[in-house]
Amino acid sequence: MDLIIRRGHIVDPSQGIDFIGSIYIENGLIVKIENTGTTVEPGITRVLDASGLYVFPGLVDMHAHLREPGFEYKETIKSGTSAAVKGGFTSVCCMPNTKPVNDNETVAEFIVKKALSEGFCNVFPIGAITKRQEGVELAEMGMMKDAGCVAFSDDGRPVTDSLLMRRALEYSKVFSSPIISHAEDLSLSNNGVMNEGYLSTTLGLRGIPAASEVIAIKRDIELAALTGGRLHIAHCSTAGGVRAIREAKRDGIYVTAETCPHYFHLTEAETGGYNTAAKVNPPLRTKKDVEAVREGLIDGTIDVIATDHAPHHRDDKLCEFDRAAFGISGFETAFSLSLALVKGGLLTLNQLIEKMTIRPAQILGLSKGSLREGVEADIVIADLNKDFIVDPEQFVSKGKNTPFNGWRLSGMPVITICKGKVKYHLNNSLMAEGI
Amino acid sequence: MDKDLLDIKSAATADIELILNTASSFKDVLSRDIKKVPTLRGKTAVNLFFEPSTRTKTSFELAEKRLSTDVINFVVPSSSVAKGETLYDTIKTIESYGIDFIIIRHQFSGVPHFISRISKASVINAGDGINEHPTQALLDAFTIKEQKGTIAGLKIAIVGDISHSRVAKSNIYCLKKLGADIRLIAPHTLIPTGIENDVTEIYHDIESGIADIDVIMTLRIQQERQSGGFFSSTDEYFKFWGLTLKRLGKARPDVIVMHPGPMNRGVEIASEVADSRHSVINTQVTNGLAVRMAVLYLLDSARPRK
Repeated sequence: MDLIIRRGHIVDPSQGIDFIGSIYIENGLIVKIENTGTTVEPGITRVLDASGLYVFPGLVDMHAHLREPGFEYKETIKSGTSAAVKGGFTSVCCMPNTKPVNDNETVAEFIVKKALSEGFCNVFPIGAITKRQEGVELAEMGMMKDAGCVAFSDDGRPVTDSLLMRRALEYSKVFSSPIISHAEDLSLSNNGVMNEGYLSTTLGLRGIPAASEVIAIKRDIELAALTGGRLHIAHCSTAGGVRAIREAKRDGIYVTAETCPHYFHLTEAETGGYNTAAKVNPPLRTKKDVEAVREGLIDGTIDVIATDHAPHHRDDKLCEFDRAAFGISGFETAFSLSLALVKGGLLTLNQLIEKMTIRPAQILGLSKGSLREGVEADIVIADLNKDFIVDPEQFVSKGKNTPFNGWRLSGMPVITICKGKVKYHLNNSLMAEGI
Repeated sequence: MDKDLLDIKSAATADIELILNTASSFKDVLSRDIKKVPTLRGKTAVNLFFEPSTRTKTSFELAEKRLSTDVINFVVPSSSVAKGETLYDTIKTIESYGIDFIIIRHQFSGVPHFISRISKASVINAGDGINEHPTQALLDAFTIKEQKGTIAGLKIAIVGDISHSRVAKSNIYCLKKLGADIRLIAPHTLIPTGIENDVTEIYHDIESGIADIDVIMTLRIQQERQSGGFFSSTDEYFKFWGLTLKRLGKARPDVIVMHPGPMNRGVEIASEVADSRHSVINTQVTNGLAVRMAVLYLLDSARPRK
């Protein structure tokens, strides 16, 4: 036995586990999980005492930007995965809007290899749907799949051509890969920079109406119904979008969806004073939308909580609001912000962990997000009562761009283990037993 | 007073009134033979214009010179910004000259607010994107007060492209604070979301909108709005929303007609109206000088001394 985590409160929705027990790890794999007393072979096994702590499958983030290759000044695979494990994630999926775009096996292989040599956790690339994300011709999905891509998306540059989107949903079926839709009607968005409403008028900023997202979600749902393809809706931010997904699921259309912490915590009001840290796409919406997104998480309409970790350099945000980059650095706050839903009584801990582990793993067809015997030991140990104040200067990520600066949050990962190896620990006190 | 004039929306009503009263004194100065006063001698103003402007820039420059301020003009076509210097660096460079005022005109909303966060100088918004043009609203309020004696209780119509007009936005906030009864008149495409919160009534038909009005402000209609699909042609716009003498007849007999310039005769306003006895368009230009002098003077005293 290489490592035993004992006396921790284990929650693993993939197996319906919710008890205080022990996890045995050998050769990087989980070999046993039990709720009886731990048998320790003295002197041979390293033991990690998780008394008073919770133990979950390592979190799975199906929507992140690691910026490498091409934008290493914003983030690298090394810095990004380092931030990910600090946030409790052991698997992250990186979007293809790199330079060059991840639209072929060479770029996909580069990311996979770089992650293996420098990364702190598992990295699963998401390939582009179309070549150069230009929305004209399909990219080589099959070859990218072979190189390690787990889904396809033209994130940020949605496929506007409905026929091409239809083909993508059809063609990807053969590879059993989901098509992830950044649902936005670009013509309706009309280069907007925030949510459209009274506030955008007041600030004199061009607005993106909620309808821009809702129309695109509805189109893609119709195309999923038409093709039987696997559609996943990224970062749902609107009440209308949640409603459309709920109806589609009720009608038996195979569609899944995610949202991000900023869409269930923040409204457009954050944009006041031209605060570029709150500039994100889709934009922060209204209170009504925040309520609807929360409702969607509660009733299961929204399957997954993802980060949409979008790190940017200081210069990309310290500028005119119109010129500022869209995006929020999310790895290091996502778990705590999501846990707030549990603390607020909206979700059970089991529901939350499901949405951050096994659900995204199932959607992507990954054997992750579970503590089943025989799988790689990707585990996060969290202290659900540890309070902290969000300070971007303490972020490991190169991207310090967060609208949550100064928020007091409760609960954080203290140890993150990937493939049986400790990749992050909050401090050394917990490591006293020989790790 | 704050050290900056960034917008009217957050300005205190008392400050607006103070500016208008101070402007009266400066208007007296402008009627003298020697129009220059030493009030701001030794102070330096930078007119930083990222958008083409003749009227506003000239007005600010003259106001600065009338107050004996040293003036630097920094006209930055967007193309040279594209060459690489960030706005942050531009401001830091300008600030290193030891300047007291930055008068900023920019195509993006919120740029004056951004500059105010990174600069110790007094920042005056000379028009930012589709957000605000505060000194225009102040000079309009000054003109209305001069013509009508008061603003509270007046029925004031703003006609035209409200959606893309920073002049309209600043005027709405200013006149609302001063107690006017504001009507907007425009096709639905040119009415911005939520603006009903700030005005008394919205009309889409100019004839009924103009009835019993004391003041009409017409706004410039930009040709590019046609390609944006906001209306179909300038001819059709004029037919339905243009200010003609006939329509003006529906207003109160002593109605005044205003326009921030530059005008498109035959698009938003008929020539006969622009040149009629109701028009105070040229008075607005003169008053612009007095109001800008007042703003410079008051902000200078509000700025913390070194």
